[in-house]
Amino acid sequence: MASRAMRRSGAATTISILFLVIWLIAAAFPFLWTLWGSFKVQADFFSLADWKNALTGRFTEAQTGSPFTLDGYEGAWVQEEFWRNALNTLIVVVCVVAISLTFGTLGGYALARSGKRYAFVLLMVALLFRAMPHITLVSGYLLPFFEWGIWGALPTTIIVLVAINQPFTLWMLHSFFLNIPKDLDESAMVDGCTRFGAFRRVIVPVMWPGVITTGLFSFLLAYNDFAVTAVLLSQQNQTMVPRIAAFLGSTQNEGNVMFAVASVVSATVPLFLLVLFFQRQIVSGLTAGAVKG
Amino acid sequence: MTVHNTLSGAAALALIAGGALADASCPLDEGRVSVLGNEFPAIQAVVARAAECASDVQYQQNLTTEHKNIQVPALTANPAEYTSAVVANGTLVPLLNEGLVRPLDDLIAEHGEGVISPAQVITVDGQAMAVAFMANAQHLFVRQDILDEVGMEVPTTYEEVLDLLEAIREAGIMEDPFVANTAVGWNLAEEFVNMYSGYGGEFFEPGTANLAIDNEAGVAALEMMAALNEYAGPDFLTYDSNATSALWAADEAAVGILWGSRATEILGEDTPEEIREATVLAAAPTVGETGIPASTLWWDGFTIASNVSDEDAEATFVAMASGIEPAVLEGNEDAAVWLIEGFEPGKAAAGVAATAAAGARPYPMVPYMGLLHTALGNELSDFMQGNESAEQALADVGAAYEAAAREQGFLE
Amino acid sequence: MPNSTFLKFIGPSLLAMILFIALPIVSVVVQSLHVEHEQILVEVENCVPLAGCTTVTQVDNAATQALRDEQPLGRFVGLSTYLDRNHLAADAVSLAWRASDGIGDFLGRVMNLPFYKALAFTLAYTAVVTPLCLLLGLVIALGVNALPKVLKGPTIFVTLLPMIVTPLIGALVLYWMLDSRGILGTALVNLTGDPDLSLRASGTLTWLTLFAYGIWHSAPMAFIVFYAGLQSVPEETMEAAVLDGASRFERVRYVVVPHLMPLVVFVTLIQLMDNFRVLEPVVAFNSQAVATSLSFAVYNDLRGGDVPLFGSAAATSLLTIIGIGILVTPVAIRSWRDFKRRHGH
Repeated sequence: MASRAMRRSGAATTISILFLVIWLIAAAFPFLWTLWGSFKVQADFFSLADWKNALTGRFTEAQTGSPFTLDGYEGAWVQEEFWRNALNTLIVVVCVVAISLTFGTLGGYALARSGKRYAFVLLMVALLFRAMPHITLVSGYLLPFFEWGIWGALPTTIIVLVAINQPFTLWMLHSFFLNIPKDLDESAMVDGCTRFGAFRRVIVPVMWPGVITTGLFSFLLAYNDFAVTAVLLSQQNQTMVPRIAAFLGSTQNEGNVMFAVASVVSATVPLFLLVLFFQRQIVSGLTAGAVKG
Repeated sequence: MTVHNTLSGAAALALIAGGALADASCPLDEGRVSVLGNEFPAIQAVVARAAECASDVQYQQNLTTEHKNIQVPALTANPAEYTSAVVANGTLVPLLNEGLVRPLDDLIAEHGEGVISPAQVITVDGQAMAVAFMANAQHLFVRQDILDEVGMEVPTTYEEVLDLLEAIREAGIMEDPFVANTAVGWNLAEEFVNMYSGYGGEFFEPGTANLAIDNEAGVAALEMMAALNEYAGPDFLTYDSNATSALWAADEAAVGILWGSRATEILGEDTPEEIREATVLAAAPTVGETGIPASTLWWDGFTIASNVSDEDAEATFVAMASGIEPAVLEGNEDAAVWLIEGFEPGKAAAGVAATAAAGARPYPMVPYMGLLHTALGNELSDFMQGNESAEQALADVGAAYEAAAREQGFLE
Repeated sequence: MPNSTFLKFIGPSLLAMILFIALPIVSVVVQSLHVEHEQILVEVENCVPLAGCTTVTQVDNAATQALRDEQPLGRFVGLSTYLDRNHLAADAVSLAWRASDGIGDFLGRVMNLPFYKALAFTLAYTAVVTPLCLLLGLVIALGVNALPKVLKGPTIFVTLLPMIVTPLIGALVLYWMLDSRGILGTALVNLTGDPDLSLRASGTLTWLTLFAYGIWHSAPMAFIVFYAGLQSVPEETMEAAVLDGASRFERVRYVVVPHLMPLVVFVTLIQLMDNFRVLEPVVAFNSQAVATSLSFAVYNDLRGGDVPLFGSAAATSLLTIIGIGILVTPVAIRSWRDFKRRHGH
């Protein structure tokens, strides 16, 4: 927005830009550092002896003969077959986002148009549901899931993540639908459409910005989840985040920190692409939604 | 909690089945094998052999650091999701508490000959409940070059360790030469359990779940821990195994109390050669007058689930027994301190072997030990930071433990 | 909208939430009101490799199972798990009250109790991180909004980074960097000139580090919402304010912020809930010694030891929900008024 009104005086602009630069450094530096470090060996990555080793790659050079190495990536992707976990994550994320949004748009629309007291109560209760620590929920699922023989399968985890995701999705989409004028669908119903017909013909075409924004938040939840996926998935169905955590090893067992670092960097790449691709939609979606509390 | 075979019931069943199906052998032609365990390289090696044995039958494995969080519900379901759980001292207890693993005496008699020596068998109340294949303990790591520099021998008691630390500091070699896994939580609690065992203390009043650590040995153990960590870096309460190995490799420590299972890594190529060469592994030091090493012995072994058919149990046993045949040692000598016949402790295993030989006690396998461990992990940090007295810390541990033990039904 | 249509639309969503959230919550509530049966103990001989045999105590499964079959839920104890020493610690608090000689001493004693220690950090974290992250988000949004168009895209992208990386991993990376020998730790040592400075060793510094992490991690969420809101600030009002001679600060204060108010409420609500459940940084920074949170207490009950303490975790979880309920009540009341106004009830 290049409005005249927002144009500032020289000093204010300088301060604002300076502040922004500091923030951008703070936001990006840890990632750049991790990215840089992922091409080193562990001794250089931690660089406990001297932090400059991380820059010069002293131990990396000593161990591999070059200041940069792809050992971490090779170990994670080839030796440990991290691509399987990446594939599982892809399946989980795509399904969770698709199902969450399908359920969420229908439900959010109903909540926005109902006007009944119970709709509000439902929304508030759903919000309170969101407050439940996930690990508590998950520990309650285990026994029934084992008894029904559905533990470990991807669909089980997907539906659990969808459910956990619903309160936020419903809430955000509900706020978004509130901002689509009622007249739109009501006039369609006057013209003889059913409620669902009105939804499909009138609302669906205009809801995409909000849906995409909400979808991104769903995506982040599913992609980054550890509490649910770590205990509900069997080894062959494991997703990326629990796998990365496993690379770190445990008290008695040696891990391989560099595999973890390399896979952290790898796991972040799709997120970068996603944000680059969708940044316009995220912003326009929220604008159109003008989310209300 | 649905169907439980009681221990005696399962034993009776196993007796009947033992005779009927005596001819199972590798490769298996019937039964289901499905293994849950931790993600150790050694466990992977064992399970890989078991998988080979079970290649023609239904086979499944889940080796994950999350194993302890899913084992109880997984084995409670009937039929159990896993026919075998690979466990350690601590993780066997919850399975025993719920009666989820079956006695193995008959299976051992039938299929264990020449593979399983009596020394590998964990028996409870006269019944074999697990077969161990590797051991672990925390013990002393020390730098020979630094010992030479200050002109001292490898210490055998913690009192000597303190002298050594002081000498290293005096000589200006290192300001903070000591390193141990003292991260608040499970690690710090384990340090206390080790030290208290070294003082010969009993954790509980015999035959009951009443805590018995609020005594001289408890206070002495805490004070020794505090004295040692005077020589540790300022953030010692965040040191876990990853941090301590990295510190060791970075020449930031001269005396360490670390896990034997980490020795291969510490002696491996990630550690600069001069440090690797100078590192000596020795038994855990003794403390006080008892002459017992201040460490606890850990083992890893396999169990067979109660809630599976006898055919599956037998198939799984045969597969797992083939997993721990001496042939597994080939190429995996350094993966663990094996309890398998024919294993020659190498340099990396020397510390654990010496600690066991010196008479260290096993980590207690009582049902409520886990509750005490958690309470210790949560309540000792104030003392370690110098914010409260040892007596107050022990009283806090007692109160936290009692609340948890009441909730679990061990105390009234 | 008729009830039946409403139900059809919300059905799938409602079903998923009932099955996977509401029912487990009910079972969590039930669990928190019960404790395990008395465990019948027997002494048996236990033999292990390398160490020989000892007499140990074991649970008598048959006898204990009989008790369980009688009452599968366990023994009903009402609220006693909530009031025990590891939660609200009613007895210990009243004892501390009687034994203490002044409010400072009393608070010191109470802070020795795990629940209150966790609550103190949780509340401090929520109270510090929520407003600062709103403020930071707003300032960044204003800054980005004033940038030339070509710079906006990359700036937004970099700004979102702290939010989109897995919290557990993001926190761990920062933890490594902040180690007194890591790059940020070394930088701090050089800046302050104190060679012994360690962020992890001191309670105050650990708290500040965790707060800083929280703000760093959450500000992008506030930023993206506010930035979106800024796109629709009415131009005319802005220009009128300029003509009236409003300073830059006044324009933000009287035009921009009121326009963003609904978004502020939304972000506040989400941030309050998420900050009150702070867990990942406590785990990744290994900070239990000086800073624990309610969510960490739950995590520790379920994952910390070999035996999960379900009842205890259930009680702490419900106390967390109650805490969040109290925090968001003002916002809920506000929304209720909006709702009534909108629908004219």
